[in-house]
Amino acid sequence: MYRYDEFDAKFVAERVAQFRGQVERRLAGAITEDEFKPLRLMNGLYLQLHAYMLRIAVPYGTLSSKQLRKLAHIARVYDKGFGHFTTRTNLQFNWIKLVDVPDILSELASVEMHCIQTSGNCIRNVTADQFAGATPEEIEDPRPLAEIIRQWSSLHPEFVFLARKFKIAVGATEHDRAALLYHDMAVDIVRNAEGQVGYKVVAGGGMGRTPYIAQTMSEFVEREDILAYLEAVLRVYNQDSRRDNKHKQRIKILINAIGVEEMRRRVDREFAEIKRTGSLQLPAEELARITAYFAPPQFEALPDNMPFGDKAFEDWKKTNVARHRAPGYAIATISLKTVGQIPGDASADQMDMIADLVDEYSLGEVRVSHEQNLVLPHVRQRDLPAIFSRLQALDLAAPNSGLITDIIACPGLDYCDLANARSIPIAQDIAKKFADIGRQQEIGELKIKISGCINACGHHHAGHIGILGVDKKGVEFYQLQLGGSGAEDASIGDIMGPGFGEHEIANAVERVVNHYLAVRKDGERFLDTYRRVGMEPFKNVAYQEQMYAAHTG
Amino acid sequence: MPLIRVEGGKAVVADDGFVSVADDAALPASGGAIVSLKRFQAERETLLGRNAPTGVRLTAAENPEALGDDVHRLSVVTLEFPAFNDGRAFSWARILRTRMGYKGEVRAAGHYIYDQLNYQRRVGFDAWATDRYGVADFEKAFAEMSNVYQPSTDGKKTIRELRSAK
Amino acid sequence: MAKVQDPQMLTANRLRDGEVLYWAKGGWVLGLKDGEVFADPKAADAALAESQRDVKNNTVVATYLFDVRVADGVIKPVKEREIIRAKGPTVRGEGKQASHV
Repeated sequence: MYRYDEFDAKFVAERVAQFRGQVERRLAGAITEDEFKPLRLMNGLYLQLHAYMLRIAVPYGTLSSKQLRKLAHIARVYDKGFGHFTTRTNLQFNWIKLVDVPDILSELASVEMHCIQTSGNCIRNVTADQFAGATPEEIEDPRPLAEIIRQWSSLHPEFVFLARKFKIAVGATEHDRAALLYHDMAVDIVRNAEGQVGYKVVAGGGMGRTPYIAQTMSEFVEREDILAYLEAVLRVYNQDSRRDNKHKQRIKILINAIGVEEMRRRVDREFAEIKRTGSLQLPAEELARITAYFAPPQFEALPDNMPFGDKAFEDWKKTNVARHRAPGYAIATISLKTVGQIPGDASADQMDMIADLVDEYSLGEVRVSHEQNLVLPHVRQRDLPAIFSRLQALDLAAPNSGLITDIIACPGLDYCDLANARSIPIAQDIAKKFADIGRQQEIGELKIKISGCINACGHHHAGHIGILGVDKKGVEFYQLQLGGSGAEDASIGDIMGPGFGEHEIANAVERVVNHYLAVRKDGERFLDTYRRVGMEPFKNVAYQEQMYAAHTG
Repeated sequence: MPLIRVEGGKAVVADDGFVSVADDAALPASGGAIVSLKRFQAERETLLGRNAPTGVRLTAAENPEALGDDVHRLSVVTLEFPAFNDGRAFSWARILRTRMGYKGEVRAAGHYIYDQLNYQRRVGFDAWATDRYGVADFEKAFAEMSNVYQPSTDGKKTIRELRSAK
Repeated sequence: MAKVQDPQMLTANRLRDGEVLYWAKGGWVLGLKDGEVFADPKAADAALAESQRDVKNNTVVATYLFDVRVADGVIKPVKEREIIRAKGPTVRGEGKQASHV
């Protein structure tokens, strides 16, 4: 993985000193809260419902064991002993004190971490496939390019006061695990007809109030041109997006307003100019230099020989173990969705013990997925039983990756200042209802995503079943959406209709799932059945109780 | 309003030499005048015919490309910040310096904060109309981040360049 | 007929550590139950205005009024959000419920 050199280290150190100065000026009243707010946001610091929340960047979801241990330490010393992994593969702490933040940033800097641009109207954390560098599916590891984009976007002087946030993802596989098409901009590493590797660039995807699927900006950008091209997109966005209505200032709105053809025309014009100046060309040597940091570890020469075990282990293997590019190895997903627990949360103790696993079994590296789980990317197949056993001791051995209890949920009204409804208890209710493993396996792949408000941090638009919490006259209600997908077959879920109360929603979900089981054809996932039969039958069963009550009441 | 300029790499208090003239006000009899884009386009001949330097101030919504080649006949282009979080002028400054090759003064006016001064400088601003910040503030702001990743119009060596120099 | 304004309370976050505070007679307390309830909207507005002193002196941020109801001497916020803000997260119990305010 990437290692800071003296220049990167100084960059982060000076950033910490800069923020320390900003905090001092704020406490002394030299700047107002209005002026301080964008500054603290650009260092990942929110003021939430109960306290300050600090969001730590985990670039392309990659962490070393040392970094994970530091996060555990910060959780213990500066917070209440736990952290939350987010849908952008970052880590959030909920109980941070403003006065501690400069010291926290200092501690993070000591392990090559930071909170730069994890919030604010700027370019955010660059994300990628959690299986990067390990999966046999990829054309190449997307993380070197993600790192290059990260550096290019860090405190970019022209783009620190954009109209809104700007999220970038990088992909390199046909099966998209990084939700590229829901990003403001994404780079897909592709091969052209000549077999040459280059970059397909899409833009204008997004969640929130008005979800959009990204559209193609360029089918193929040459390697050396990529930064010039990305800069062109950002410049057009910065200069042409609206500034008058906070809800209409993402790039998705701009592209929808002017049309993708016009957007391409503007970008191409800017791209030609930037390329002409030459200053952003990416030399092959630079790409090679960064790529070298991500060189695959030394794998032992082992035969493929997947071990067998008891039912618990076999269940876990079925869902949480994926194929690795190296024979004899595997990718293991650590589910942070143990039934009844808070999705995406890990305690400081769990983080430390996972760090031990990372050192003992995963060649020092762990990943965060946008589905709020962790991944051990390089484990030997023969170590899987031992790993599983250790995860069981940690209560992190749920055999549910991709299944119905592998729920994405935002922190919601329990923590978030923006929320309208709680999301975590709903996730827990649904998970408990479907706790039976046999039933989960029978249902198969079913991605439930829950957001506590229209900002959609829980990615509900991309849920096979999406749930949006709303406030209806002071009472929490939950709207269902069906048929969303964040993968390469991206689609926005269809809204079913009026919301369900907090004690009804899990039952409504169950009725929907039962109907799927009743009508599905061979091999169909829930998503496939929904796409075949449409909303009507699901809507009928979901509202069945209301209709019954209305009829008999 | 006091003017701070960057001259010889340092922030200095400068004599303005210009007045910013409203659309319906008379042009000064002598001395530099900065007018709106609209007025410049309407009274171009008069303005450029004056025996005094001319400047144009652009709102955050106005792309400097609207000036075309006339930009090279301007001594000052003022870019307004209606609110500090309206970052369009950062792109306008860069376009002025790169695509348009403008060599005159690019001036920041309106609402911006200390923490933007360095970014402004990097994208090509070299003057600031400000009654809030003094030379010491500018020098401090410019010195906060010595290493940068992106090439920009200030010619500062990027981290990548520093690495290859080693 | 005009909607009757519920009684109100005033809240803010402490600047230095983000702690949720409630206004009580010219100062701030940690617990909702110790906060001042304003039956009269004019008194509520006056308290909000007075509290800006503590915004200006950089003690608190994000001051606002919110509705409560009082029954049998127990104050209960009208909105779920304020109930959770006063007690702490419903899913863990690590907030104010843990410090017993």
